[in-house]
Amino acid sequence: MKTAAQTVLPGQSRAHEVVLSVRGLAVDIRTHRGTVRAVNGVGFEARAGETLALLGESGCGKSMTAKALAGIMDPVCDLAGGEVVLNGTDLGALTPKERLKFAGPELGIVFQDALTALNPVYTVGTQLGEAFRIHRGLSAKEAKVQAIELMKRVGIPEPESRVNSYPHQFSGGMRQRILIAMAVALDPRLLIADEPTTALDVTVQAQIMQLLRKLREEGQMAVVLITHDLAVVAEEADSVAVMYAGNVVESGPVSEVFSDPRHPYTKGLLESVPVHVARGAHLKSIAGSPPEIHDIPAGCVYQSRCPLVQDICLSVRPQLLPVNERSADVQDDADNYAGARPSRPGRVAACHFSKEINNV
Amino acid sequence: MSEPLLQVDGLCKTFHVAKSASGNTRLKALDGINLTVGRGETLGLVGESGCGKSTLARTLILLETPDEGTVTFEGTNPFGLRGKELLSWRRRVQMVFQDPFASLNARMNAGDIISEPWATHRSLYPSSREREARVRELLHMVGLRPSDARKCPQEFSGGQRQRLGIARALALNPDVIILDEPVSALDLSVQAQILNLLNDLQQELGVSYVFISHDLTVVRHVADRVAVMYLGRIIETGATEEVFDRPRHPYTAALMSASPKLDVTGAKRDRIVLQGELPSPLDPPSGCRFRTRCWKAQDVCAEMAPEPRVTAAPDGGLRLTECHFPLETVQGLTGATATAG
Repeated sequence: MKTAAQTVLPGQSRAHEVVLSVRGLAVDIRTHRGTVRAVNGVGFEARAGETLALLGESGCGKSMTAKALAGIMDPVCDLAGGEVVLNGTDLGALTPKERLKFAGPELGIVFQDALTALNPVYTVGTQLGEAFRIHRGLSAKEAKVQAIELMKRVGIPEPESRVNSYPHQFSGGMRQRILIAMAVALDPRLLIADEPTTALDVTVQAQIMQLLRKLREEGQMAVVLITHDLAVVAEEADSVAVMYAGNVVESGPVSEVFSDPRHPYTKGLLESVPVHVARGAHLKSIAGSPPEIHDIPAGCVYQSRCPLVQDICLSVRPQLLPVNERSADVQDDADNYAGARPSRPGRVAACHFSKEINNV
Repeated sequence: MSEPLLQVDGLCKTFHVAKSASGNTRLKALDGINLTVGRGETLGLVGESGCGKSTLARTLILLETPDEGTVTFEGTNPFGLRGKELLSWRRRVQMVFQDPFASLNARMNAGDIISEPWATHRSLYPSSREREARVRELLHMVGLRPSDARKCPQEFSGGQRQRLGIARALALNPDVIILDEPVSALDLSVQAQILNLLNDLQQELGVSYVFISHDLTVVRHVADRVAVMYLGRIIETGATEEVFDRPRHPYTAALMSASPKLDVTGAKRDRIVLQGELPSPLDPPSGCRFRTRCWKAQDVCAEMAPEPRVTAAPDGGLRLTECHFPLETVQGLTGATATAG
């Protein structure tokens, strides 16, 4: 086991330090039509006390990425490459048993659909206490006390009586709180939240987001927020990685990526949102639909929908490269992207024409 | 405002359910709904899940019979109509469903799906040649190819399926289309295509929409007027810009505030985060239904349900708010009734 992060004291991570570093992550799915690559060389960093958003439309590989990080992929999926370093430990180098012992307490995950993520035949108290029994060796009685504390922490009213209730006796928002409580039970360094509010009403969504922010601040957790909602990214995330057809096509700080997108897909998405457009005026939309997973073209993955497409895009796949023109910044960003220096996250885009994009 | 095409007055609908915690078995899904839809107009209907939006939609297409109140369409109340007259009423109000995967029969091809309504409404396109021509025309109108008529739903993408759902609704040349969350199952890039299509069709055909959505950004883009629902009542209506920019009911303000905004500068803003959740419609709070989550609530709110207040908006339109303590003091009109929506 690598222990590069021995300098990190147990307990809290330092603010803005890199908690999770993912490089070249690739996932294959075995289908009856042959093996397809669902995630292709995805890389990003998540920092303590910050939120990184993985933004993309359905089928782009964002949930697959989350499952690969958490080590809970479907049996038909294979990790085809890449490196996942959590708190200085390379998860790929661990045996499954070591991984369970290490990543169990260090990595929490919240799923979208709280009703299917919870077991209907156990009380929420049993499910909340499980982490304490397995990882801390507490008795069932002690675990229940911890479960009640957790329920208080995530704002569930009357935890002493509700700890013995079953998942179906809670509302959607409360179930999501229970899932979040399970994920943060052991004070993980990293919280992965996969579409945590998509099934909820906006008023409840605002409550859940407020809770996630509070927990992030309290524990200096790094949060990886997986979402398709640009507005949620704008409000909740510090940095963003935009995914398309299994690839990260652009990433950087949210304010920079959203105000000055350097990939035509990001630009197209931003223009599809009906804001700052007169009522009833024509919205710009992205023509066509994403490529089939069996049929990812050679060259740029976005070529079939791109307004800027040229010959080079059909044959050469663009690399994720720094977008800044100034040479000093370019070097800086390149270093950041390679993970050499844990300073601010760099601005990168995978487009042959990322510098020309705003001239059209 | 244009002459109302569809007018809803005092609509009530109660469901009888198995015993609830409080022993109450009557669930009042709609409790005195008043609204109007003008010709060629889009009315946005917003509210949290469980507030009665879908029951209202189902009542408008006559899938539910109300206990009280009327739905008047060009002066005709459909409840009590029979035979040909009822059929003709049904033709004029159609619906597009939320889930384009569940709402299309996987065993039928696109042409059959679009032409199925004509099996009931036989007089519309009596000859098979007319029907085939009309199918091609409808496919073209919604941006699909005539050759797509032979494809089955599973051969289409989500966006294309929703186009098919729209074509089916248009098949009977309706005057009003109820759109129940028509874009919420779609990806953003496809959502914009469908919103553009709906806009083009409205311009072309002059059809009215009742657009039900939880996505306030989308509603703001499409709706001429907005009605906000809370626990079976419409608590605020008005012109879209008015309601969004100057909400008068605290719930509307909270809903607007809770909805995430896409601000490209990344500036973080303060917002109203409502505490608690929608109370059970089986045991609605006394007085004003919103009082349990309202930060302006006083004793009077628990004792007395607020009367609808009608006020004139600066643009000359009418605003309706049901609140004892509306957020802004706009000069009130005297004792007007609730049908100004």
